Amino acid sequence: MSVQLTNRSKPVDRRPMNWVERMYLVNIFKGMAITLKHFFKKKPTIQYPEETRPFSKVFRGLHILNRDEEGRERCTACGLCAVACPAEAITMEAAERQEGEEQLYREEKYAAKYEINMLRCIFCGYCEEACPKDAIYLSQTFTPSNYTRKGFIYKKEDLLIPNPLTDPEGFKKAQGEIQQAKETI
Amino acid sequence: MFLLAIDWFFIIEKLLLIAAIVTLSMVVAMYATYGERKVAAFIQDRIGPNRAGPFGLFQPLADGGKLFFKEEIIPLASSKFLFILGPMLAMITALLTSAVVPWGTALKVGEHVVPLQVADVNIGILYVFGVVSLGVYGIMLGGWASNNKFSLLAAIRGASQMVSYELAMGMALIAVLMLTGSLQMSTIVESQRGGALGGLASWNIFGGGQILGFLIFFICALAECNRTPFDLAEAENELNFGYHQEYSSMKLGFFLFAEYINMFISGVIMSTLYFGGYDIPFVNEAALATHIGQNWVAILTFLCLFAKALIFVFIFMWIRWTVPRFRFDQLMNLGWKRLIPLALLNMIITALVVLWLKK
Repeated sequence: MSVQLTNRSKPVDRRPMNWVERMYLVNIFKGMAITLKHFFKKKPTIQYPEETRPFSKVFRGLHILNRDEEGRERCTACGLCAVACPAEAITMEAAERQEGEEQLYREEKYAAKYEINMLRCIFCGYCEEACPKDAIYLSQTFTPSNYTRKGFIYKKEDLLIPNPLTDPEGFKKAQGEIQQAKETI
Repeated sequence: MFLLAIDWFFIIEKLLLIAAIVTLSMVVAMYATYGERKVAAFIQDRIGPNRAGPFGLFQPLADGGKLFFKEEIIPLASSKFLFILGPMLAMITALLTSAVVPWGTALKVGEHVVPLQVADVNIGILYVFGVVSLGVYGIMLGGWASNNKFSLLAAIRGASQMVSYELAMGMALIAVLMLTGSLQMSTIVESQRGGALGGLASWNIFGGGQILGFLIFFICALAECNRTPFDLAEAENELNFGYHQEYSSMKLGFFLFAEYINMFISGVIMSTLYFGGYDIPFVNEAALATHIGQNWVAILTFLCLFAKALIFVFIFMWIRWTVPRFRFDQLMNLGWKRLIPLALLNMIITALVVLWLKK
């Protein structure tokens, strides 16, 4: 016995075709009317590289590493993000800040090496939740592309947002994205 | 003395005209590929090619360039001469058809009157049919010389389809010939000019009552051009692209090009036979000529024929992206059991009416 799923089902008409139907022409004209209607319809295409579809606020894209207003890196290489990462995509090496590097790093310890393998990453956002230092966020950027697998291992230089001292515009833009990420964590 | 006897102006005029018509056919075929992709896209709610140049207008150039740079492969097992002859024949026959079409009223260059028609032979329409029938050799030779079972099957299909539809086409045409009483293309057009309803009443389709005849002719033209729903010769899902499977580079391009030229020319022929040719509806050309000059009228009439033909090309494309392909037995049934009796009926009724009116 069949189960009725919707009310839209129609019984199949198995009557033999009458002579108008057997001429095909009427139904062909009907079909052509339908295609003509589609011809003048508004097209849903988004011209991709020039236009992009707006994302939801909670979209999780590629990571960025934050700086403070004076351009110092916030990350202290505590490793909490790497621990939180279910895909084990994050590696880092810590180092001690030397004399004279105060304008580079915010605290005494910093990440000498910070790498995220974007092919392993599942973009869950646990790293940004784990971070106690306000340092890592998931941006709205997506579709990374590269010629080699190696190129998908993002170094610290790839991840850091622009320095406000040299590129205030870029810094402001990145801060906007971070603000949005903060609201949706 | 012999050289002086030759009318040099005549030769140059005809050569120029031939060059113009061949160029026109080529350009139309080129942009018909673009048009086809755009029409397909619009019908499928897409946008189509729009990256090469404004609105993608350079797309045909890019496509052509690509085809030229592709490797040219001639299969070892093929018969080489025929393999090369196939696409050549397809192209040549496609271009030859345009020779007898009257493209517009005569131009006037100085003293000379230049008719916009390469050859006004008195059996014009027979010539068209002869050349179109030759077109099947392009497909036959191409398919056979490829030495590939699929290509051969496609060639056989193409040939049988063309032969069976030519019959119905010819019979539909006889009705038009009875109305006009001439096989000459220019006479057929002239007989459709002037008259009531802005000239529409003298067009063969309305005044001649050839609506059924036109419909048969149109369906047969679709089949002759190997267009969907009758593109069984290149059915990609059953025959792997049919007779052009083994072709590459510009040889493939020639086959595809020939199809579009055929489409354009058959649009022109249909306009000429049924829709008054270069006759501009609702306009009295003779009166207009006294106002703006004969040459402008010639250009306008040409544009009118061109527009009519392009409408047909659009309808061809529209049908292609609406109607699925026929099965082979359906195709043969339609051709032999439906169209030929209908064409015969149309012929007899037209004959009776013509006979009765002449009494």
